[in-house]
Amino acid sequence: MMRPIAMTLLAGAVGVALAACGERPQVVNYKQGTYQGKPDTPPYANAPFDNKKEEWERSIVARQQGQSEYRLGRGRVGN
Amino acid sequence: MARMKFLCDAERCIECNGCVTACKQEHEIPWGVNRRRVVTVNDGVPGERSISVACMHCSDAPCAAVCPVDCFYRTAEGVVLHDKDLCIGCGYCFYACPFGAPQFPQAGAFGVRGKMDKCTFCAGGPEKDMSELEFKKYGRNRLAEGKLPACAEMCSTKALLGGDGDVLADIYRERVTIRGRGGEVWGWATAYGQPAGAQPGAQPPAGAPGQPAPSTGQKS
Repeated sequence: MMRPIAMTLLAGAVGVALAACGERPQVVNYKQGTYQGKPDTPPYANAPFDNKKEEWERSIVARQQGQSEYRLGRGRVGN
Repeated sequence: MARMKFLCDAERCIECNGCVTACKQEHEIPWGVNRRRVVTVNDGVPGERSISVACMHCSDAPCAAVCPVDCFYRTAEGVVLHDKDLCIGCGYCFYACPFGAPQFPQAGAFGVRGKMDKCTFCAGGPEKDMSELEFKKYGRNRLAEGKLPACAEMCSTKALLGGDGDVLADIYRERVTIRGRGGEVWGWATAYGQPAGAQPGAQPPAGAPGQPAPSTGQKS
């Protein structure tokens, strides 16, 4: 008679004890003045540049210069 | 690499809205959200001027200063981005921004304000570069492809420039020097007003930055 009661109480105690084990924090604790989000990678970290920063910078510089028709060797065109 | 900036040459902008269209197409921006827009001053009056406006990626961004959840960050290239997973869509950044850059898409059937969306300088956001998730949240990451923002690269008159601020300044200075006008648009007079009776485009007052100091009559 005592054994089933003890088993039931034990199962209940185990259930209560483990109830919060799967709980995840759902509230972000903000620290004032600092970025709280996910980290970002530099633009040259992935393909096609694979961390070759100089190569990426060369590509950007070439495109920047492409915005000036005076630097493309076309001479003086309209303003 | 210094800081990524936009510069719009008001002498060249023809209000074609090509930059707006390019931005919307590139990032598949939803209806009602405009990361970029063209503003015309004195519309219809001879001498009207237009400039293309979006997030200016401020060095000391007021949006980041007022954000209650601190979801803004600045990359090493000087691009101001934010984490949409943290954004609560409160709208403080919209009030703080002098350019009206933050946009809030309508989310759901009842017009609930969604998470903030703004120009990313085509640099994506805090997700894996060029991933599907990054595209859905922030749009295409052209910077990671070694390209400049779509709006600037497709501008037909090259009025809108994007890239390293120092390089843009050099390009703009060269243009102004060659055409002999237009520098005053961004100069001293625009920022600090003109003396009474001065003609538009007149030289800035002596002593202004880049100008000779006024003579005091003393010999050094």
